[in-house]
Amino acid sequence: MQLTLIALVENKPGVLNRVASLFRRRNFNIESLNVGRTEKADISRMTIVLENGNVDARKVEANLYKLVNVIDVQDVTNQPAVTRDLALIKVSATSEQRAEIANLASIFRARIVDVAPDSVIVEITGTEDKIEGLVELLSPLGILEMVRTGQVAMMRGSASGVRYAPGANGSKDLEKVTN
Amino acid sequence: MTKKTGAEILWECLVREGVEVVFGLPGGAIMPVYDAMLYYPIHHVLVRHEQGAAHMADGYARASGKVGVAMATSGPGATNLVTGIATAMMDSSPIVCITGQVHAHLIGGDAFQETDVTGITLPITKHNFLVTRAEEVADVVREAFYIARSGRPGPVLIDICKNAQVEEVEYSYPEEVSLPGYLPPTHAPMEDLKRAAELIEQSERPVILAGHGVMMSDAMEALSVFATKTQTPVAMTLLGLGSFPASDPLNLGMMGMHGEAYCNLAIQNADLLLAFGMRFDDRVTANLRTYAPRARKIHIEIDPSEVHKNVEVDVPLVGDLNTVLTDLIPLVDEYDHEEWRSEIEEWRGESQARDIMTWPDDGKLYTAHAIRDLWEVTNGEAIITTGVGQHQMWAAQYYHFEKPNRMITSGGAGTMGFGLPATIGAWFAKPDEEVWLVDGDGSFQMTQAELSTAMQEGANIKIAIMNNRFLGMVRQWQEFFFESRYSGTPLSCPDFVMIAEAHGIPARKVTEPGEVLPAIEFARQTDGPVVIEFQVEKEEAVYPMVPTGADLDKMIRRPIRNEPTAAD
Ligand SMILES: Cc1ncc(C[n+]2csc(CCOP(=O)(O)OP(=O)(O)O)c2C)c(N)n1
Repeated sequence: MQLTLIALVENKPGVLNRVASLFRRRNFNIESLNVGRTEKADISRMTIVLENGNVDARKVEANLYKLVNVIDVQDVTNQPAVTRDLALIKVSATSEQRAEIANLASIFRARIVDVAPDSVIVEITGTEDKIEGLVELLSPLGILEMVRTGQVAMMRGSASGVRYAPGANGSKDLEKVTN
Repeated sequence: MTKKTGAEILWECLVREGVEVVFGLPGGAIMPVYDAMLYYPIHHVLVRHEQGAAHMADGYARASGKVGVAMATSGPGATNLVTGIATAMMDSSPIVCITGQVHAHLIGGDAFQETDVTGITLPITKHNFLVTRAEEVADVVREAFYIARSGRPGPVLIDICKNAQVEEVEYSYPEEVSLPGYLPPTHAPMEDLKRAAELIEQSERPVILAGHGVMMSDAMEALSVFATKTQTPVAMTLLGLGSFPASDPLNLGMMGMHGEAYCNLAIQNADLLLAFGMRFDDRVTANLRTYAPRARKIHIEIDPSEVHKNVEVDVPLVGDLNTVLTDLIPLVDEYDHEEWRSEIEEWRGESQARDIMTWPDDGKLYTAHAIRDLWEVTNGEAIITTGVGQHQMWAAQYYHFEKPNRMITSGGAGTMGFGLPATIGAWFAKPDEEVWLVDGDGSFQMTQAELSTAMQEGANIKIAIMNNRFLGMVRQWQEFFFESRYSGTPLSCPDFVMIAEAHGIPARKVTEPGEVLPAIEFARQTDGPVVIEFQVEKEEAVYPMVPTGADLDKMIRRPIRNEPTAAD
């Protein structure tokens, strides 16, 4: 099982380092960690996927709140959330094999974004499972390189993820903070 | 708006924060700050090693409840602070460390004395800042002090680039701090308080575990009201000593590895533990699997990450201890718990029969006896600082604290060498109080250089060195668990009296019990620093002792002894 959390953090230098350092110190295993800009210039958003060997989401949340720059944490594991990962997969392909790859790609709604004499790059976006599925089928052809962004997640509709201790950060006025 | 340099703004803001004293040592990267210092009403204490500066700031903070400030140059100056910062972190002590850094445009280029100090101190500070422009100085100082002292206090480091110290910018004092991600909790929810009150109602054998948080939250009064109203006995952690008066009949003394036997027994037999501002450290729980097996647990704690960390609790109340307790008190009834208290009294009686104080005078000098004398003479009201080791545990056991913020000791980190500098810091916080360092010969030598600082400042501190010519606590472990193979623990010491006198500090050596009281009196009558070297028994052990990993009530006890045996 994996845990997926969303953290809103102040967009300041070194914040990623603080989060990574905290996870290392507390012995939390990061599966993937994605950081990017949000609709607000001064706030960045992290999607953190952890192996939940020895941790639960409540503990991760409580520790994240120890960091001064962390504004909000939500646990979206098993919640109605959209999660996506993007992968670029370079597969060795002779001209005869291209059609087969194109076929597979279209089943997965993936795209071929580069064609070279002896390889192609397939781009796929989707859930972890979907990407794993395509990787499995492409493997026999010979995967030369692969890069993945790690998951990003967003709750559907107006729902939010689980906040275990909103009190952890006092009576934080989220509206005020994030608007 | 007026124009000021970054260095001036720094001092301006420190004055606004109420800083009266700064402990530090200058060097190239912080020279503009030192230059500007001359024009501000803040006293600078020149240390002999920057570790001392951090411990002094820490001792100052613990004795005063205010933020202590340490200052150092870049590179080695800053790295010398590290042990002191880690010590403050483990014990949640509010200090602000200010370090110089190379010019912002040189960062990353391995310039002379450039060290990545914010990187190094990331895991041992509550928060840290790298200041690259003078414009940032005022906001950062404001935020640093606020973060250091609020919520769960802790050390904050500000690394200021040299250019940010000399640049001139418009300055106005920031009236507000903007920390959108930082809002320490205050009140606990009412339904949780009610749930706690139910558990209290159902309990027949409750014990309060009072930690450092009681003092940091200024909850002594609330603790006393709660304990008295519910007639609940109070056990204290090492850092909690003083949070509840030792003379109160409900006091159980110190818990844990070297805690009172009856106190540990009470915890193991309790049906409810009320943990107030403590974090179930391994030194107080011993074996977690068998810890207080029949007890339900209520945990009042300001740091949510401490809740369920070591011990699963039934009702966590996350908030400021004083606020939460004050909210809880009206919800609980008065109780008597007479049966439970008399059961504990029986254990207490049995424990006291084994106490070293019941030993007949055998002409030998024991650290515990000397500390006991010091306690009596000073009415239990002195500020006591310690190093780390046996003497520290004896100080905790035999100096019975009546008042808060008087036991100043490195608990979480167990930092030898903390004692002398922390004493100097504590004296600056409370110059009118009696301040005694109870130190070991090993610990003392780690930061002995600060004797010159004490001399230069004329600090009215009294230093008792318990010289057993061993790294005593490690020797004790070797005796108990390594068949008395004393590897790396016998210690040759200089003549501490001569060391003191070389500093112009009056000193006495004590070799037998009859000299203890006169020496203490001499120290008390003499103004300024005084050193007393006690040549104590070499191989005495601290009892009781819970071996690492054992159950809390499986203590190694002091053998009962009424007559000196032939072996003595
Ligand atoms: C900086 C540091 N190094 C090593 C230790 C391990 N240690 C714990 S107690 C102790 C012995 C302390 O000896 P001393 O200060 O003479 O006190 P005593 O136990 O003899 O009273 C040692 C070495 C420590 N706590 N801190």
